[in-house]
Amino acid sequence: MAASQKLLRLHVNGAPVEVAAPAHWTLLEVLRYRMGLTGSKQGCDKGDCGACTVLLDGRARLSCITLAGDAVGHRVTTIEGLVTPEGLDILQRTFDEAGALQCGFCQPGMILAARACLDRKPEATRAEIKEALASNLCRCTGYTKIFEAVEMAVRAGKAAHVGGPAAITGAPAAAPAPAGGARR
Amino acid sequence: MSSSPSRPQSGGKAPADRADPLQHARSPNRTFGPQSPGDRFEVIGRRMRKVDAAAKATGEAQYTDDLVLPGMLHGKTLRSPHPHARIRRIDTTKAEALDGVFGVVTGAEMPARFGVIPWTPDETALAIDKVRFIGDPVAAVAAVDEETAERALELIEVDYELLPPLYDPEAALASKDVLIHEGNKHGNVTKEVVLEFGDPSGAMAKSDFVVEDDYFFHGTAHAPIETHVALARYGSDGVLTLWSATQIPHYVHRELAKVLDLPAPRIRVIQPHLGGAFGGKSDPFSLEFCAARLAMKTRRPVKFLYTREEEFYAHRGRHPMAMRFKSGMTKEGKLTSVESRILIDGGAYSSFGLVTTYYSGQLLTGPHQIPNYRFHSTRVFTNKPPCGPKRGHGSVQPRFALEIQIDRLAEKAGLDPIEVRRRNFQGANTTTVNGQRITSNGFDQCLDQVEAASGWKARRGKLGRGRGLGVAGSMYISGTNYCIYPNDMPQAGIQIKVDRSGLVTVFSGASDIGQGSNSVVAYIVAEELGMRVEDVRVVAADSDLCPVDLGAYSSRITFMVGNAAIHAARKLREQVQRCVAEEWGVDPKRVTMAGGFVFDREERACVISSAKAFQVAEALLETLGATGSYNTPNLGGDYRGGTIGASPAYSFTACVAEVEVDEETGIVAVPHVWTSHDCGRALAPVLVEGQIEGSAYMGFGEVFLEHHDVNRFGLHARPNLLDYTIPTSVDCPEFHASIVESLDPEGPYGAKEAGEGPLHPTIPAIANAIHDACGIWLTKLPFTPAKVLAALQARDAARNGSHSNGEAR
Repeated sequence: MAASQKLLRLHVNGAPVEVAAPAHWTLLEVLRYRMGLTGSKQGCDKGDCGACTVLLDGRARLSCITLAGDAVGHRVTTIEGLVTPEGLDILQRTFDEAGALQCGFCQPGMILAARACLDRKPEATRAEIKEALASNLCRCTGYTKIFEAVEMAVRAGKAAHVGGPAAITGAPAAAPAPAGGARR
Repeated sequence: MSSSPSRPQSGGKAPADRADPLQHARSPNRTFGPQSPGDRFEVIGRRMRKVDAAAKATGEAQYTDDLVLPGMLHGKTLRSPHPHARIRRIDTTKAEALDGVFGVVTGAEMPARFGVIPWTPDETALAIDKVRFIGDPVAAVAAVDEETAERALELIEVDYELLPPLYDPEAALASKDVLIHEGNKHGNVTKEVVLEFGDPSGAMAKSDFVVEDDYFFHGTAHAPIETHVALARYGSDGVLTLWSATQIPHYVHRELAKVLDLPAPRIRVIQPHLGGAFGGKSDPFSLEFCAARLAMKTRRPVKFLYTREEEFYAHRGRHPMAMRFKSGMTKEGKLTSVESRILIDGGAYSSFGLVTTYYSGQLLTGPHQIPNYRFHSTRVFTNKPPCGPKRGHGSVQPRFALEIQIDRLAEKAGLDPIEVRRRNFQGANTTTVNGQRITSNGFDQCLDQVEAASGWKARRGKLGRGRGLGVAGSMYISGTNYCIYPNDMPQAGIQIKVDRSGLVTVFSGASDIGQGSNSVVAYIVAEELGMRVEDVRVVAADSDLCPVDLGAYSSRITFMVGNAAIHAARKLREQVQRCVAEEWGVDPKRVTMAGGFVFDREERACVISSAKAFQVAEALLETLGATGSYNTPNLGGDYRGGTIGASPAYSFTACVAEVEVDEETGIVAVPHVWTSHDCGRALAPVLVEGQIEGSAYMGFGEVFLEHHDVNRFGLHARPNLLDYTIPTSVDCPEFHASIVESLDPEGPYGAKEAGEGPLHPTIPAIANAIHDACGIWLTKLPFTPAKVLAALQARDAARNGSHSNGEAR
């Protein structure tokens, strides 16, 4: 039957949380099964695919091969934690904008890996982006639009840095409303 | 003309075997042409966001494994450790007695045979009398948690009588005494098709150039990042609900009713967000039946989640094919004849194999005109994970062989490979040699695009040592003309509900597997009703709520569901326009809908919101709503099997690949792949580009990195994503996607498929580029460095040999 539970004091998405879980559980298991944070995905459960990627103190980590106990004392950020009252992370918006999301299953991990990359290198080049995402498998896109999404975020970051608004290019054109407005 | 041992005669034009004595008229084929509903397109063709992208980017989107129900149990499957064995006895007593185990199920409880193709039902939910591959499901348990379920599996005793395994398809074909399916009529042959059109032998004999070679296409896996997963609940109302990561909820619904012996109205199948499929989730799978059966037995919800290893064993991936191809050409570069002999390694069960066998020949007759053609394809059972449909089902393998042959012939004729393909262009509004109707066809423009984009004319032959360019072309179906089970009902349906608030809800049976079908449906309805996309909500793939759609396979959804969506929305548009015109006292032709408003074309000041217009219409008529549907026309060659491969429209693709061959290591780098795809009108260009890039990516992986095979013990050689290497971000070429829009007369606004076609030419284009780079023809996939080096050595030996011969003379 169920193994003995261990009380874990974690710090997830900006808040402390206490969770009881079997001592051998991975961080991914605790996030998904104890905390309902199902944005972190299980693709292989052995560290091969990257779908479970979370941030540990801002660094990309595979939560499926990280014991939950090893996350104690570190700040854990999941995909849900990128959403703030101010809105979505720029990468969450550019992944949408660029059409980088097909099935979307790898994307929480991919976006977090990209977040970790841009936090370190806000002006990351295409080569640096490729390198940073090499542990995150995507089976749908061929990565092309993922690279474009991250580059879009780099450009938006530069624009913000020089004082302008974080502009995202190419917003879908709203269908024009006809002139006038009074009902007959 | 054909010998087909396992399929009942299907007749010429329409599927026969109608059990129903009432001869219903077939649901009509209704299409709408390429025009926009209003003055111009407002949504269609624009670079739109997907309707579900934000939910996916934030982790809100719920996939099947994200669903948790109160009291939910965890299911696990016991799998055969033997490739071929008879089951003498299964004892589950100890497992049932284990604390925490709520239910155990074996095959005897679900004896009904099923199969996605109704003519070949050779699977059971769990093995009954024998197991046919390592990993064949034998028993299943539901327990309080995964670990308890796994311990219970260890307590199940199975007494096996081992049988000799057959791994090699040639051996399986020859075997008289070892039979994988004892009841099968023709030994280990699952299907054999011979079809001949014109006079292939005569035309071959008269050809100026003939090439004949053996090719091998290896097995490859879909490897979606989400593994198979299913969750079942049996409610106190006697309704079984199954949430499953499936791309064919309708067929799962039908097969569940059969296997569980439940009335179909008591079953509800829901497909939540799906984490990739590529054809790998288009069979009913053991876990769906086991979750359902155990939920019924235990009266608690049961979830099964396949591990990554199980995913590789459950398989249904691309069939390995050993192919002998012979092709002829005139001095002018016109193809004269193609003949093929193909042995297909089917693995342990039929799956889609009947169709695969036909597709291996039937889908090859464009975009190059083949005046005389013969194919002979044989699929055999082997004791390996069963194969099925993978992106480009059945035709990716022979396309590889044919496109290399065309390059070989071009070389003999001294012609440019792109020019040769132009000279054999099938053209629009033609019929292929096997009787398939081609309507729109932009393949010539696809060739133009990749030729220009790759700098073909300026760069080919001038890239320097070890570098080269190669081209290939292909075509693919936009859905199949005939439903998997014969019936006269529509292939796709849409229902629209209108809310007084101005929200339009579209109920679509289609499975959005990431390709974006929900978005396309929303775009179409928004276009037709002149609304903003955010005011159109799509509810999809829930058998209780949505009309039937046959599923996300054979690239059918945009074409078929798109037409159904136009049909439904246009009915509604006409109703609303008529009512508003009546209210305003004007001719309905003057009333139009755009941008969330309804207005008078001739009196622009006269405008109301969509919501207000719906209220006007509801007041004048009744509760608003509309249904729409699509069915295919009667198509296909008038011969047995002539309807297989018949499609209302075909897409076309041209690809140029650039390679760099390192002659020291045998490593081939692919810096660029240019793919141009004729998808008719691109309803959503961002999604089309994504499909083209994703297809090229998948093809690239198959060329160099991926290999699904078993070792000499029948064990999967690499059942994980570390060893089964799908391309990473640093492995990939630059994929350059471009779109050709040959507006199709019957597609929705002129659209055709984009999801599968673009994969095909990637693989032979790379093979042809390698030849251009270093003069070797690689014919056996995957192209490992060892094979490249061996071919280079053979090339050098031949050169030295001919050189020394020259000296001797």
